Amino acid sequence: MSLTKKIVTYTLLASFTLIMMFPILYAFLISFMQGGEVLQGKLWPESFSFDNYISAFEKVPLLTYLLNSLIVSTVIMIGVLAVSSLAAFAFVFINFKGRDILFYLFISTMMIPWEAAMVPNFQTVQALGWLNSYAGLTIPFFALAFGTFLLRQQFKTIPHELYEASQVSGISRFRFFYKIALPVSKTSMVTLGIYSFLTAWNMYLWPLLVTNNEAVRTVQIGLKQMQSQEISTEWGVVMAGVVIVILPTLVLLFLGQKRLQEGLTQGAIK
Amino acid sequence: MKKVELINFQKSYDQRTQVLKGIDVIIEPGEFFVLVGPSGCGKSTMLRMIAGLESISGGDLFLGDKKANHLTPSQRDLSMVFQNYALYPHLTVEENITFGLHVKKIFKKEQKMRCEEAGEMLGLTDYMKRKPKELSGGQRQRVALARAIVTHAPLCLMDEPLSNLDAKLRARMRSEIRQIQRKLGLTMIYVTHDQTEAMTMADRMMILNGGEVQQIGKPMDIYNEPKNTFVASFMGAPPMNLIHAKVKGSSLVVDEQWLIPMSESIRAAAQLNEVTIGVRPEHIQLANDDEPGFVVVVSNVEVLGTETLITFNIGDKKQWIARWSGQWNLRIEQPLRIFIEDQHLCLFDAQTGGKLDGSQDSSFLNKEWITI
Ligand SMILES: Nc1ncnc2c1ncn2[C@@H]1O[C@H](COP(=O)(O)OP(=O)(O)O)[C@@H](O)[C@H]1O
Ligand SMILES: [Mg+2]
Repeated sequence: MSLTKKIVTYTLLASFTLIMMFPILYAFLISFMQGGEVLQGKLWPESFSFDNYISAFEKVPLLTYLLNSLIVSTVIMIGVLAVSSLAAFAFVFINFKGRDILFYLFISTMMIPWEAAMVPNFQTVQALGWLNSYAGLTIPFFALAFGTFLLRQQFKTIPHELYEASQVSGISRFRFFYKIALPVSKTSMVTLGIYSFLTAWNMYLWPLLVTNNEAVRTVQIGLKQMQSQEISTEWGVVMAGVVIVILPTLVLLFLGQKRLQEGLTQGAIK
Repeated sequence: MKKVELINFQKSYDQRTQVLKGIDVIIEPGEFFVLVGPSGCGKSTMLRMIAGLESISGGDLFLGDKKANHLTPSQRDLSMVFQNYALYPHLTVEENITFGLHVKKIFKKEQKMRCEEAGEMLGLTDYMKRKPKELSGGQRQRVALARAIVTHAPLCLMDEPLSNLDAKLRARMRSEIRQIQRKLGLTMIYVTHDQTEAMTMADRMMILNGGEVQQIGKPMDIYNEPKNTFVASFMGAPPMNLIHAKVKGSSLVVDEQWLIPMSESIRAAAQLNEVTIGVRPEHIQLANDDEPGFVVVVSNVEVLGTETLITFNIGDKKQWIARWSGQWNLRIEQPLRIFIEDQHLCLFDAQTGGKLDGSQDSSFLNKEWITI
């Protein structure tokens, strides 16, 4: 690559990155500004003080919300991984009549938007008495067609001979599942785990519907609360809340990235 | 050691086409039995049915004296080596070898002992902590073998275990597998499409084509007495030379050129208008001056060191190969006079390919060959 080409490429890349990152960067900077500074349209805070962060924790029960979000997202992640991997395993390694038809039926539910199923889901959860509980927040999300699809594709790449070899040595199906199929599919499992965790973390509408007290509400609702309640002029405080809320997401992405890059199926067959 | 008995063994995947068309065979305890045939003839299918990985559509399977049609693979007490090795990629060599032993209620200490023993036998001691991807093809193959050995199962099945190795390694593994099988007294059923492997390894072998048994027997018997043209052309490298001949009066005529007088007895035995003549490459000789011979023209020469393969044209389109020991420096297009002893001529039915009885018996052919 010639020097001019390099300069052009990097300039373009840098400016697009800046455009993409600007909202987050700006939110980060605002979180250190005093109320007046924001309205004056300043880009850089006068001083970096943590006053806004402190008041964010004081004005709404942010810590409770964070904890709730953490619990809900983790439970959903585990639930999705367990249900999807078991379903995908059945679709790949167990022969039964109408297996493929059932799978395509399963997949076709991906075309029904979640919002369309919201009312019946709400009624179900209400009938079960799960309003204002972790169960109502998490269980409806366990069956994820996308997750089953992703893991089925992954399991299909496992050579069938591995399964047959384990059958010959008398290893049970479940042992094969958790000793061979899962470890070999670590990469896809991590991907799906992160995906479902983040989706759950960013959930807004459903928690709003099924909760109405602070004890089980999640962060996204907390943010909305901050923004719409008494402190609507205090943008610094709201942004401090936002920064706190996106931190776990970033941490998770950084941790997961390494795992995501590992290829694990090499050397299974010639 | 375990006897294996197949009775009218059949397989159909789609209820319409028969992949295996009724196979009967008894494999003796401690025998090295090779299943050989061209690709797609049903070898793997048969092996997988014995292993219990594929259902049996018809007939019976006996392992030992027990009917095994409906046993699960692990109840059959056998081990299996797959063509692509089927090693667990995330486990070390040691874990791969011992994985599954706990099912057989073998204690950790015993597992370790067996693993070391098998590793030693196959020269894997230095690689026990490595993952499969850190091994060469030959080493992976050995791990797969070790995994079969540690189970101490009396019956071992192998499906083309050497086909992913290069020629040199293949030759070495052939003899290693054979030695291990003898040492442990395993009953072995070994699938291959390679006739050299079959010839060199088998106690007995079965040649399969299109789901039907062509011949069962000891390698040398099969080589010397092929039951039909398929076996004749499949076994041996290069294979038996074949050519059509017409029966005219009391003679066989090859390509309107050669005349071979026939005795009365063979004509009575084979009421045919056409036969196929077969000759092994090593039985084609250079004719001495006093012997009757045919003149053929050399079209290719391959000197292999201790022997030479000479390709020559015979008839309109056919080419035959002769194998002579020593190094022969022949020109292309050079005419040669060849001679075949009568006892080395095999006659087959030209329609069915079946061997004509008595054709090994030299008495039915007159001594003289006459060129028209
Ligand atoms: N699972 C299967 N479903 C349908 N047909 C199969 C299946 N496995 C093998 N066959 C067919 O059975 C025949 C024999 O196959 P196989 O036993 O694999 O041959 P080989 O091992 O001798 O090359 C082939 O024609 C193949 O197409
Ligand atoms: Mg095969």
